[in-house]
Amino acid sequence: MAESQFVYVTYIRTTPEKLWRALTEPEFTRQFWFDTAQKSEWTPGASWRIVKPDGRTADSGEVVEIEPHRRLVLKWRNELFPEMTAEGYSRLTYEIEEQGGTVKLTVAHVMEKADSKFIKAVSSGWPTILSSLKSLLETGESLEETRRWPDGM
Amino acid sequence: MAGEVDKVFKALAAPERRLLLDRLHAENGQTLGQLCEGMEMTRQAVTRHLKLLEEATLVVSIWRGREKLHYVNPMPIHEIAERWIGKYERGRLRVLAELKSKLEGETDG
Repeated sequence: MAESQFVYVTYIRTTPEKLWRALTEPEFTRQFWFDTAQKSEWTPGASWRIVKPDGRTADSGEVVEIEPHRRLVLKWRNELFPEMTAEGYSRLTYEIEEQGGTVKLTVAHVMEKADSKFIKAVSSGWPTILSSLKSLLETGESLEETRRWPDGM
Repeated sequence: MAGEVDKVFKALAAPERRLLLDRLHAENGQTLGQLCEGMEMTRQAVTRHLKLLEEATLVVSIWRGREKLHYVNPMPIHEIAERWIGKYERGRLRVLAELKSKLEGETDG
């Protein structure tokens, strides 16, 4: 199959509203997403980017679909590593579903290319980011290693 | 969430299911038919194992047109590693650190 895809599912004891804010607002993302902030108007077609603590853009793209507290689809390209930028845009989908007291978060990241270097690279980052997000929402504290940008990146 | 963790450990307790996870890890996003190829199991047995893996959220399936594709969900194993292995690893490191300071203390003395 000429695509690379990873899917992550995690259940978080929170509300869809809180989870949505945590995924999009800098005061939350800085705590569990390596001290980064996301910049976007959050409307269909709006530009979107992830900004590192030093102000450089780590990833950029645009909002494809947005349904607050429920679904977000982004076009997403890495801007830090030329061999990954060259692969072009990936597609990231967040789906949020309330299921009896917990919220199911599904994250699917796909690139229309076999053996994508980018998808492989993010596949080691996503589990760490998502467990830290879960920890932040359930206990009020994110995982320590996700609170700052990794050295040498 | 104890029930969820139990489901993960039970799902991992069968070699057939670990094999299915390894096959999905090698090539993510396979149909039931693809997963049955080269397996010494009936299609029914593979279906049953996949169902248990899905209930434990170790495997997630996504419909793509008429095809149901199966993906490994790395989250449960990551969470087990984080909560269990990480915890014991930290304990071991602390023991080593204590041993080091004790030995160095003895040298100093």
